[in-house]
Amino acid sequence: MRAKAFIAAALAASLLSISAPARAGEDYGIGRPATSEEIAGWNIDVAPDGAGLPPGQGSVAQGAQIFADKCAACHGDHGQGKPMDALAGGAGTIATPKPVKTVGSYWPYATTLYDFIHRAMPFNAPQSLSPDEVYAVSAYVLFLNHLVPADAILDAKTLPKVAMPNRDAFVSAFTPAPGKAP
Amino acid sequence: MVRRYTNKSASRREILTGAASLAGAALAASTAEAETPTSNLPPGVPEWQQQPGAEVMSPPYGQPSPFEAGVIRRERTGGSPYPTRQAAVSLTPLQDLHGIITPNGLHYERHHGGVPAIDPAQHRLIIHGLVDRPMIFTMADILRFPATSRLHFLECSGNTQNWGKPDAALTVQDTHGLLSCCEWTGVPLKTVLDAVGVRDEARWMLAEGADSAAMTRSIPIEKAFDDALLAYAQNGERLRPEQGYPLRLLLPGYEGNTSVKWLRRLKLGEAPWQTREETSKYSWIMPDGSVRQFNFVMEAKSVITSPSGGQKLAEPGFHEISGVAWSGHGKVTRVEVSTDGGGAWSDAALQEPVLPKCLTRFRLPWRWPGGPALLSSRATDETGAVQPSREALLKQRDARSYYHYNAIQNWQVAADGAVTNAG
Repeated sequence: MRAKAFIAAALAASLLSISAPARAGEDYGIGRPATSEEIAGWNIDVAPDGAGLPPGQGSVAQGAQIFADKCAACHGDHGQGKPMDALAGGAGTIATPKPVKTVGSYWPYATTLYDFIHRAMPFNAPQSLSPDEVYAVSAYVLFLNHLVPADAILDAKTLPKVAMPNRDAFVSAFTPAPGKAP
Repeated sequence: MVRRYTNKSASRREILTGAASLAGAALAASTAEAETPTSNLPPGVPEWQQQPGAEVMSPPYGQPSPFEAGVIRRERTGGSPYPTRQAAVSLTPLQDLHGIITPNGLHYERHHGGVPAIDPAQHRLIIHGLVDRPMIFTMADILRFPATSRLHFLECSGNTQNWGKPDAALTVQDTHGLLSCCEWTGVPLKTVLDAVGVRDEARWMLAEGADSAAMTRSIPIEKAFDDALLAYAQNGERLRPEQGYPLRLLLPGYEGNTSVKWLRRLKLGEAPWQTREETSKYSWIMPDGSVRQFNFVMEAKSVITSPSGGQKLAEPGFHEISGVAWSGHGKVTRVEVSTDGGGAWSDAALQEPVLPKCLTRFRLPWRWPGGPALLSSRATDETGAVQPSREALLKQRDARSYYHYNAIQNWQVAADGAVTNAG
């Protein structure tokens, strides 16, 4: 009898542990740690302070050649646009009744150029350009907008420092709540 | 005869000629009626009753009746403004939908680099940055977490381009079709963020897609911990490829672009990344030349879907005015309808369920006396926000801001019953 009762109690206890409900906020033990190699391969974003920019460099002259080969068909020989977005021109038009939005006239950060060209361009072969090539194309597009000189060479240090004319026009409509994150 | 105007089941002739593809055919009195064979009508025995019909599973995945072949997504009347078909949009046929749910095959599309063909076995979600434990998840992992289902609308930030002179030829599919509503199932993002341990200094989250555009948006941490979903199903079945299969972010009430499809990476950080899609695009030029970015929440808005542009009232008499209302701030509390261009307003009935950040169907019985009428609807949400008139919206900002047009939509009914877009 005593043995039976013990077994029954043990069974009940084990059933209880098997069916214990998970609680909100608990560690479900699902997934595994991401390796640094896995993260590095996908961690392609570039922030306005330059965080995420890789080693390498590119010149306006190198960029002109790559642009002619891989970009001009959609963006025009001099970034004037058609059929796709205009990349150059429009300086001083944003506050007028007919704004012309380009990298030079509108974009607030030069780092966005590197981030976007690398992740999404050329349209038919994204993430195919080397860091040197992305720096070079960025330099050429900025040159087309008279924002860097013809002999400019851009890298992780110099690209974030390129002053974008429309930077101060940007205002965030979202204000984070004060205090620490939820 | 009495209900001629509801001739939804277009004649075979209309199907064959494609005429039924136009929304207008739905309400227009069918001129084909006289030409339709009468042997299937009383007192005759219909041909489809004289022999057994199709077998089960024909086909295994059911399809709409061939007589509904005109109910499809479309590009804008007058041609797509997009030079490519991979970075483009398609529009939901709101005029042909009847409740609040958008069937999966009719959900609007906005892609920036086409629809990727992703093998779910080879899809991964990485969460890293300002977290205690950077983690990688398979789809099988994601499906093990406690799940939930919720009904929410998605509206593209650029829906409704009525800033300028209205184009009378536009249908509600053209003007408002970047709007859909589904039941979404997935894991509350908070559950997964708690599992990786988000650090106190994290204020923003970068969401990145696995499409060729590698779409990225910076999301406030408040939203990530509030009602964000890692969604893998819509309307009961796994996501359609064009809706982010196998995994998307779903941010209820936020502009559609932020609900990043084909989600592969979430990175926690202290400040927004200023991606191309939150600087060059999805930002508003204000009349003073300043640029507003991070305009996340879609404001209170409504539209009458029946009668609407391209349709035709066949005859005076009873017509139900019906449409949808929504707000990214919460529930719709009131929809008013005017048939005289905003002179007098009547409260429409709100059909249950009325849910937050979800389409609400409204209905108002109407007897068209004949003669011109101007039909308008005006939504109010639970924050007290009232959908503005076009004139009121234009006092705040104009076509230069492009996005988030939420003004009252007007449909002109002509003396002959033809309905056109009045902006």
